[in-house]
Amino acid sequence: MARQSEDNVAGLDQFESLPRRLLLVWLPMAVFVFVLLFPFYWMAITAVKPDNQLTDYDNYSPFWVVGPTLEHMKYLLFETTYPRWMWNTVIVSVASTAISLVAAVLAAYAIERLRFRGSRVTGLLIFLAYLVPPSILFIPLAFIVFQVGIFDSRLALILTYPTFLIPFCTWLLMGYFRSIPYELEESALVDGATRWQILTKIVLPLAVPGLISAGIFAFTLSWNEFIYALTFISSSENKTVPVGVLTELVRGDIYEWGALMSGALLGSLPVVILYSFFVDYYVSSMTGAVKE
Amino acid sequence: MSSTSVRTDDAPRRRPGLLTRMIESRNGLGFLFMLPAGIFLLFFLTYPLGLGVWLGFTDTKIGRSGIFVGLENYRWLFDDPVFWLAVFNTLFYTVFASVAKFALGLWLAMLLNRHLPFKNFFRAIILLPWVVPTVLSAMAFWWIFDSQFSIISWVLMRIGLIDQPINFLGDPWNARWSVIAANIWRGIPFVAISLLAGLQTIPQSLNEAAAIDGATPWQRFTKVTLPLLTPIIAVVMTFSVLFTFTDFQLIYVLTRGGPVNATHLMATLSFQRAIPGGQLGEGAAIAVAMIPFLLAAILFSFFGLQRRKWQQGND
Repeated sequence: MARQSEDNVAGLDQFESLPRRLLLVWLPMAVFVFVLLFPFYWMAITAVKPDNQLTDYDNYSPFWVVGPTLEHMKYLLFETTYPRWMWNTVIVSVASTAISLVAAVLAAYAIERLRFRGSRVTGLLIFLAYLVPPSILFIPLAFIVFQVGIFDSRLALILTYPTFLIPFCTWLLMGYFRSIPYELEESALVDGATRWQILTKIVLPLAVPGLISAGIFAFTLSWNEFIYALTFISSSENKTVPVGVLTELVRGDIYEWGALMSGALLGSLPVVILYSFFVDYYVSSMTGAVKE
Repeated sequence: MSSTSVRTDDAPRRRPGLLTRMIESRNGLGFLFMLPAGIFLLFFLTYPLGLGVWLGFTDTKIGRSGIFVGLENYRWLFDDPVFWLAVFNTLFYTVFASVAKFALGLWLAMLLNRHLPFKNFFRAIILLPWVVPTVLSAMAFWWIFDSQFSIISWVLMRIGLIDQPINFLGDPWNARWSVIAANIWRGIPFVAISLLAGLQTIPQSLNEAAAIDGATPWQRFTKVTLPLLTPIIAVVMTFSVLFTFTDFQLIYVLTRGGPVNATHLMATLSFQRAIPGGQLGEGAAIAVAMIPFLLAAILFSFFGLQRRKWQQGND
C-alpha cells in the first residue's frame, strides 16, 4: 500500500493571493459542503416539524421550525413495528459481519501467507466475486432461499449477505496481511509455533486496524443492504429498517413526511455514529479496496 | 536413550490421520482455511450465478418450476420496447452520472488535496452521503423532489425564476435528470475520497518542479497530475460504473421505474418482472443481459491495472 506523502510546507499555495484563494478554493468548497449536507438537514428538520408546518410554506419559513416536536418519533417508536425492524437490522448486520470476518481472515491468511497451490488464482477469483453485483444475483438467490426453506426469515439475510461481504473483507485483509513482515512468522515457525498459533498470536494482533476497518465497513454494507431484504422478506416483523420504512410507512397516496423522515433519520444514526468514531478506518478501507 | 529413538524410527510408523496430514501440508492447510469462505461463495454466489443463467432459459414462475424454453425469453425481450427503453435508460443514467461523478469528484479531491484548515473535518463530512443507507437518503430526495412542496421549487419561485412548482418525478425527462442528480450526490464522496488517496501519493516536488519550469496550473494538471493518477482513476471509475449500471435502490425509492417506464433501469425492470410480476425466468434473462456490460467494465479495470504495473515497474 502506498504511503501518503504528507509534507507540512505550504508548497505552491503560498503564491496564491487571498481573493484568488477565496474564489478558487473556499467558494467551491462551500458549495460542495452545502449540497452534500443539505438533504440531511432537510431530513432532520422535517422529522421534528409539527404537521401543520410541514407544507405551510407561506406562514412558516421552510428552513426553520417553530416549536419542534417529537410526535413523529413517538409515533414511530410506539405505534409501528419500527423498533422491531431496528432490532432485525442489528441482528442481521452483526451476525453476517461476524461470519464474514471469520471466513475472510482464514481465506486471506491462506491466500497471502500459506501460498498453497492456486492461491494467486483464488485471490483473483475473490476479486472477481467482489465485482458481481447483487442485482443479478437476487432472483436465483430468492429461488434458492425458497427451496432451502428459509424464505422470510432473518437467517435468509444472515446467510446471503456474506456473498458480498466475504470478497470485500478478504480483499482488504489480504492487503493488511501483506504489510506484516514475513520475518515475524518465520521466527515463530523456528520457535515451533503452529500455523494456528501464528495466526492467532502474531498476525491477528498486528492486523487489528485491518480487522476494525473490515468489520465496520461490512457492518455498514449490511446495514445499508436493500435488494435482498426487499426480496427475501415478506412479513412486517422480519423486515429491516430500509425496507420497513419504505414499504410499511408509505400508505397509499398519503405521505406522512414527518414519520418517514424520522424513520430515515433514526435508521441512519447508528451507522453515522459508528462512522464518526472510526472515520480513518472507513477511509482506509474504502481506499484500500481500490488501491490494492 | 538414543537407541530407543532409533528403534521408533525404524518401526512401521502409524499412519497419521487425514486431518493431521492436511494440517501439516501447505496445500492441505490452505484448503482447510479456504473452506468457510469457499462454501459460502460457491453455494451463495457461484451456484446462483449459474442458476440465474439457467433460469433465463426457462419459463419458471414463482411457485412453479419451469421447463427449458431455449432462447424464448430473449426473443421475447428482443421484441419488447420496454426492455430496450430500460437498456437505453441504463446507459443514459450510467454515462451521465459517471461522467459527472468523475468530474465533480476529481474537482473535490483536488480541493481537499490543498492545505486547508480543518481538512480532516471536511473529509469526514464529505463522506457522509456515502455512509448513510441509500434508501434512507433517497427518501430525503423523494421529499426534496415532491411535486407540490419541493424546497427547490419553492426557492426558485421565491427568486422568481419559475411560476409553478417543477414536476420533478412526474415528467419523463425531469425524472431522468432528477434520479441522475440523486445518484451523483450519492456517488461523489466515493470518487472524491478515493482519488484524494491517489493524489496524496503524488509527490509535491513534481508539481513544484513543473511550476519552476514555467508550467501553467492547467499544464501541471494535465501533464503531471492526470497521467500519474490514471491508474487509480481507471479502478475507481470501473467500480463507479459498475455500481451505477446495476443501481436499484435509488430508482426503486424515487420512481419505481415510472413515469411510463422512463426511469426503469435493467435492474429495476428485472425486479419488476420477476418478483411482483412472478416471471422469474424473464427477470433472470434481463439480469443476465447485464452481464456483457459488466464484463466490459471488468476488462477495462484489468487493463487499467496492467498499465499501472507497467508504469511502476514490477515490484
